[in-house]
Amino acid sequence: MKLVTAIIKPFKLEEVRDALTALGVHGMTVTEVKGYGRQKGHTEIYRGAEYAVSFLPKIKLEVATESALVEKVIEAITSAARTGQIGDGKIFVQPVERALRIRTGERDNDAL
Amino acid sequence: MMSKRSMMGVAGAMSLLALSAMPALAEAAPTPNKADTVWMMVSTILVLLMTIPGLALFYGGLVRSKNMLSVLTQVLATVCLVSLIWVTYGYSLAFTAGGSLNDFVGGFDKIFLKGVTPESTVATFSNGVVIPELVYVAFQMTFACITPALIVGAFAERMKFSALLVFTALWVTIVYFPMAHMVWYWAGPDALGNAAKAVASATDAAAKTAAQAKLDEVTADAGMLFKWGALDFAGGTVVHINSGIAGLVGCIMIGKRIGYGRELMAPHSLPMTMIGAALLWVGWFGFNAGSNLEASAGAVIALVNTFVATAAAGFAWLVIEWMGKGKPSLLGLASGVVAGLVAVTPASGFAGPMGAIVLGLVSGVVCYFACTTLKNALGYDDSLDVFGIHCVGGIVGAIATGILVNTALGGVGIPDYTTKPGELTVGTYEMGTAVWAQIKAVTFTLLYSGIVSAILFKVVDLVIGLRVPQDQEREGLDIAEHGERAYNL
Repeated sequence: MKLVTAIIKPFKLEEVRDALTALGVHGMTVTEVKGYGRQKGHTEIYRGAEYAVSFLPKIKLEVATESALVEKVIEAITSAARTGQIGDGKIFVQPVERALRIRTGERDNDAL
Repeated sequence: MMSKRSMMGVAGAMSLLALSAMPALAEAAPTPNKADTVWMMVSTILVLLMTIPGLALFYGGLVRSKNMLSVLTQVLATVCLVSLIWVTYGYSLAFTAGGSLNDFVGGFDKIFLKGVTPESTVATFSNGVVIPELVYVAFQMTFACITPALIVGAFAERMKFSALLVFTALWVTIVYFPMAHMVWYWAGPDALGNAAKAVASATDAAAKTAAQAKLDEVTADAGMLFKWGALDFAGGTVVHINSGIAGLVGCIMIGKRIGYGRELMAPHSLPMTMIGAALLWVGWFGFNAGSNLEASAGAVIALVNTFVATAAAGFAWLVIEWMGKGKPSLLGLASGVVAGLVAVTPASGFAGPMGAIVLGLVSGVVCYFACTTLKNALGYDDSLDVFGIHCVGGIVGAIATGILVNTALGGVGIPDYTTKPGELTVGTYEMGTAVWAQIKAVTFTLLYSGIVSAILFKVVDLVIGLRVPQDQEREGLDIAEHGERAYNL
C-alpha cells in the first residue's frame, strides 16, 4: 500500500476528485494548507501597509491506495491538477505499513 | 441649542390655531410638528446604527481575528457607558447656559435631565419651529456615543479594556461635552429674532438701549466657537477632528503594536469592513440630514450632499490607489467612502451638491496620502487610521465649509437671524472672514483636544496602565481580556 500526498491549487480540487473517483478510489482526506515552493509569494497592500505574503493557500490531498494502483493515481492527479503555470504543486508517495477500518476491523487492502 | 420650555396649555394651543388670523400673537410659543419629531427619532436611530454595528464592524474587520471581539466590545461598551453619562450630566454640560464659563461649557441646570419633560421643546434653525427636547437629548446622545467610539480604532489591538472605559468617561466629560457646547450651543432663532424685533420696535432712546443690551445678551449666550462664526453643521470639529487628534495622541502615547512593520497585520475580514462602511453611510444620513433638526429642505440638502460627496471621495481614493499601487482595492474604496462622509459632515447643510462633489474628491485624495505617505513617513501606529481619515478628513471638510457655504458656489449662505427679525436670511459672505473662522475653530479643536487628551491618557496610564502585557497582546485581546474568541470553527 502507498500513501499519495498531493499539494495542489485549491481550485483544482474538484477535478482531481473526479479523476480519482473514476479510477475507483473510494476515499481521500483534504486539508487547507499554506506553503510555498518556486512560486514564492505575492504582495498585499492594505491602505499604506505593504506585506510580502510568502505562504500561499494550497490544498493537501491524501489518498491511501493499493500499490498496484499507485501509478494511475499519480497520473490522474497530475493530469487533473496541471495548469502549466508555476505553483501547480507536488506529489509525494510513501509506503504504508498497515491499514485498518475502525468500524469492521477489516485490514490492509480491504480497509482502503 | 437652548431649550425653551413650552408653557402652553389648551388656551395656548387655541391661540396658536388662530395664529394666522392674528399675527399679533406670533410670539406665542410654537409646538413641535409631528413630521419633524418623526424625522428626529428616525435620525437618532440611524446614528445609533452607524456606531453599532456600523463602526464596530468597519473596525472589527480591519483587525486580526484574535482581536475582533475586543474591538466590538470596546465600541458597544462605549455606547452603553456614554449613553448613561449623557443623561446624567452630559446633556446639561453641553446644552445649558454655563454662567461665567458659558463660552466653554454648560452648567448643571439639567443634571439628571432635570426639567426635561415630554412637553419641553428646543429650537431648531427656523423661526417658530421647535422639536421635543427629549428627542434632541437622544439625538445628541448618539453623537456623544460615536465620538469616543471612533478613537478606539487608533489604539486597537493593544489597549487595556478597563483603561479604555475610564479614559472614555473622562474624555467625554472634559473634552467632548465642552467642545459640543462651544460649537453648537446658542440661543436659537426665535430668541435672536424676538430680541432683534424688540430693538426695532423700541420707541425712545432708553428703550432702544435696553433692547439692544438684551439683544447683545442673547447673541452672547452661545459657545465660543459659535460666536467666532465657525460653521459646523454636523460635527467636523466636534466629532471628527476631536476624536481624530485624540486618537493620534493616544496611539503615540501607547506605542506601536508588537511586530508593527515586521509582521503581517492584514485585516481579518474585509467583507465585515464593507458591511460596516455601508452601514456607516446609511446611518450617516441620520447624522447629517438629522442635524438639520427638522424635516425641511435643509435636511434634503444635507441628504444629497451626503450621497454625492461620499461617492466622489470613494471614487477618488479608488482611482489614486489604482494609479499609485497598481490595483483598485475594496479597502481603499471603503476608506474613501468614510473619508468623504467625514469631510462632508461639517459642510452637509451649507454646501451645494457640486461643491460637495469637489469636497469629496479632494478629501479622498488628501486622506489617501495621510493614511499612506504621511503615516509611513512619521511612523506612528494608528491601527485603523483614525487620524488619517477622521482628523484629516475633518480638517479638509471644516475649512472647505467656509468656502462652499458661499451662495456663488451653490452653497446656502451664512444664516442671519437678526437683519430681518423673525425670518432666516442669508448674511453677507466674505471669504476671508468665513475661512478664517473655520481655521481658528480647527486650530482650537486640535490644540484643546490634543493637549487635554494627552493629559488624560497620561493620568489613566499612571493609575491603571493603558496597555495590556506583552504576552496578552501576542495571544490576542479576545482571549486575554474577554475570555472568548470570535470564531469557533
